[in-house]
Amino acid sequence: MDKENGILDIKKTQKVYLLDILWQWEVTLLFIFFIIIIINSNLSPYFLDYTNLMNTTFNFMEKAIIALPMIFVIICGDIDISVASIIALSSVFMGMASHAGVNTFGLVAIGLFAGLVAGFLNGFVITKFGIPAIAVTLGSMSLFRGIAYVILGDKAFTKYPSSFAYFGQGYIGNTMIPFELVLFLILAIIFGVVLHRTTMGRKVFAIGNNSTTASFSGIPVNRIRLIIFTVTGLCSGLASILLTSRIGSTRPNIASGWELEIITTVVLGGVAITGGKGNIFGVVISIFIIGFLKFGMGLINVPGKVMTIIIGFLLVLAIMLPELLKRLKPKKKY
Amino acid sequence: MELFKKREFNLFVFILFIIFGVSLRTPNFLNINNFVDILNDTAILTMVAIGQLMIIVTGGIDLSVGSGLALTGMSVALLNQYHPEIPIFMIILISITIGLLLGSINGLLVSQAKIPPIITTLGTMSMYRGLVFVLCKGTWVSAHEMTEAFREFPRRSFLGISNLIFISILIAILFLIFLNLTKTGREIYGVGGNKIASQYVGINLKKIYYLVFTLGGGITGLAGFLWVTRYASAQSETAIGFELQTIAACVIGGVSITGGSGPIIGVMLGAFFIGIVYNALTMINVSPFWQMAIQGFIILFAIIINTVMDKRNQQLRLRRRI
Repeated sequence: MDKENGILDIKKTQKVYLLDILWQWEVTLLFIFFIIIIINSNLSPYFLDYTNLMNTTFNFMEKAIIALPMIFVIICGDIDISVASIIALSSVFMGMASHAGVNTFGLVAIGLFAGLVAGFLNGFVITKFGIPAIAVTLGSMSLFRGIAYVILGDKAFTKYPSSFAYFGQGYIGNTMIPFELVLFLILAIIFGVVLHRTTMGRKVFAIGNNSTTASFSGIPVNRIRLIIFTVTGLCSGLASILLTSRIGSTRPNIASGWELEIITTVVLGGVAITGGKGNIFGVVISIFIIGFLKFGMGLINVPGKVMTIIIGFLLVLAIMLPELLKRLKPKKKY
Repeated sequence: MELFKKREFNLFVFILFIIFGVSLRTPNFLNINNFVDILNDTAILTMVAIGQLMIIVTGGIDLSVGSGLALTGMSVALLNQYHPEIPIFMIILISITIGLLLGSINGLLVSQAKIPPIITTLGTMSMYRGLVFVLCKGTWVSAHEMTEAFREFPRRSFLGISNLIFISILIAILFLIFLNLTKTGREIYGVGGNKIASQYVGINLKKIYYLVFTLGGGITGLAGFLWVTRYASAQSETAIGFELQTIAACVIGGVSITGGSGPIIGVMLGAFFIGIVYNALTMINVSPFWQMAIQGFIILFAIIINTVMDKRNQQLRLRRRI
């Protein structure tokens, strides 16, 4: 009898705990998401159009694909600000290869490989020398984009094979669903399963909460961080393939400023910048919040720079909200 | 012997080494005028890097300096364009005030709303940058729209050196005294060294966070004025990416990115180092497209060397104790 009660109690507390989580950040985000959709569809009749909504995902899917591994990086308590530069670097390599006559398959391989190597370099320096990730990726951010500038200067690569265009511009079959969107959803499921359903994911959370304890508990902290940075590089390479294919050209300033937008998305999605806390669902919603917000503002002719004000404000407000609520709430009496 | 262990000294020797190497290829490099040029080029970077130093020492980071600088610069440039009668002295005061205000917004968000500095300044960075655009509506303020006193200010000389260099030296000395010889200055280092311990000895954390961001903002504001006057143009793209250069100057100068330590002399040398490398690249006819890659390489190189040296010193110290 007692045993049964005990089990029941545990289940009950777990349920409450789950509910608590649901009532926290992700629901707020969903709420914001629906408000944005309602406001946008009232402001412009073109917003709630199936084709339009599908096509606008082209504009933020590359960022979304990098945001996924960035969740892991930030949960680990690190940060990677070199992702946009990795895009530039791998795009330049693809452009060079394309000019040399490499076919589409070869271009994809080169793009992914360049990203992988760049990410590995970041992870290697960070874990080998024990330097904070922000300092290392700050350096490699300049270095990678700098290499792109050294190779390209003020020129641009524009010659890409026509079959290469599918990755960034193609749709699945005859439907209006973009290939990029499907790719992102598949990746989101994979990353979500790894983060929330495998030991690897639990280890990432452990490292973020206390890396010393994690290390003493037998978790290979540095190896996991190295893997995460390498995967981040790989995903940046993938994003570079999509972006290069979509715009069909490479300039050294490609994707500049994206690193901050990606970090904004992840943090808005409820991942604690101090590490140890986060959820893939929240980030996926936040990706669509920012994407649709920008799309809606674009429809009513808000200039891009004003959008950055609003997104910056949204970021600060979103992070401030829990602290504000805490102050407004009367203190509990025990 | 103690001198050799100091990072600043190593950096200084390294700078001398570069000067020697470059002057072998281009004797013009050793010209005194060239050095004045380098000093003029790095004066603004030095000032803002000192503000950045204060913030990094407390364990924070300020990514909004580039945008804050552009916003202040644009404000005073527009003020000068539409109200040319306002004396230059007032404009300087206004730029510092705007800077203090922008910095105090960061400071309030960090100290009161408890948002981590990197997120706060990431947000305000986009906001300030967007506001620059809103202010100027996408247009420029160019040289012919500025008054002569405004445009010529950084080039006027005072006691034989240009106003620009003079102001940066003044700021450096002020903050050298503030950080090293006053109680608040030492508290700033204390907070970065150990937050909890400094709280126990009675340091008001909120006050320190607010203070460093506000003071850093003040310096950035002044730098914004100097930037638009030196380059005689204010645009919405002014000083994009400048925050990274200031952080680079700090990292090269031996400031620990996790906070707690960082000599002001090191940061000045770090900024000077960046200036000398850029200048040297131009002198030996390297395309400016190499600048960014080399800057990145130097940052990585500097932090790896710093970390390795730190670890070795620690081991040596431990061994001596045994």
